[in-house]
Amino acid sequence: MPMPSEISAQLPDEESALWLMRLGAAGAERQAALAELHGLLLRASRFELGRRRATLPHLRPGDLDDLAQQSADDALVAILAKLGDFRGESRFTTWAYKFALLEASVKVRRRAWQGREIPLEREAWATLAGAARTERGAEDGELFAAIREEIESSLGPRQREVLVAVALNDVPIDVLAERLQTNRGALYKNLHDARRKLRAALAARGFDLELDRKEER
Amino acid sequence: MSEPTAPGRGGDELLARLLGPGTPELTCEECFEVLDAYVELAIAAEPADERVPGMRAHLEGCPACTEEYHSLRALLAPEEGGGPR
Repeated sequence: MPMPSEISAQLPDEESALWLMRLGAAGAERQAALAELHGLLLRASRFELGRRRATLPHLRPGDLDDLAQQSADDALVAILAKLGDFRGESRFTTWAYKFALLEASVKVRRRAWQGREIPLEREAWATLAGAARTERGAEDGELFAAIREEIESSLGPRQREVLVAVALNDVPIDVLAERLQTNRGALYKNLHDARRKLRAALAARGFDLELDRKEER
Repeated sequence: MSEPTAPGRGGDELLARLLGPGTPELTCEECFEVLDAYVELAIAAEPADERVPGMRAHLEGCPACTEEYHSLRALLAPEEGGGPR
């Protein structure tokens, strides 16, 4: 069930209403609005690619601009398909920007992992073992050992696969979704369920997880 | 030879990634739906977390949505550096 939000539909501000009117018009006015919107989406895509540039060291400037153009094109298609969903809860341009940022960030993550295999489970166990040794000694060693045991014994195969890849092996969820031919939302549901089960299993073994987290902050 | 840990990742961050927020949270789809309004509220120093329950927990649990939150905030308010309030 969706969580209640106090964000509610309202009349769009003047500038947003103008965007909607121009995009809903015919002929030259609509074409001009589409071109202007595409320009904004391209700016947002380039902004995102600039932020993530370090994760794509092998890309040439031309490749980056191609990615930006693709992101802006795909965002424009998504926006036009969802135009009726805009309820004026933010400025229209803010609403539109998020589509460009999503397209660009997903493309960057996938491009950064192009040609790379998803790491194996034993690499995740090495991460856990390393964390157990470098933290507060025996107490953390017990906790991390229990985490590994419960991941292996309490989780379903898909829950285990997603938790290990995303939480331990740093595989971006969009990359995993592409490899498993699913989507971010479905995988996050698996991740959420895995975390819930893991928490419950550790609590049943007597670990006070809230206390552990508080002490470590 | 010692086994490697992820660069720059301590046990607290690892626990957070493994165990998640542990409180009710939005789904990725719900997060995307309200992201624009949430970011505008946050930039305006409005009580965004009160207005959108479950958003903060989701951002704590989902690295991908968190990146997009920071990107939108940085795009709209570059002077503040895109950090959460």
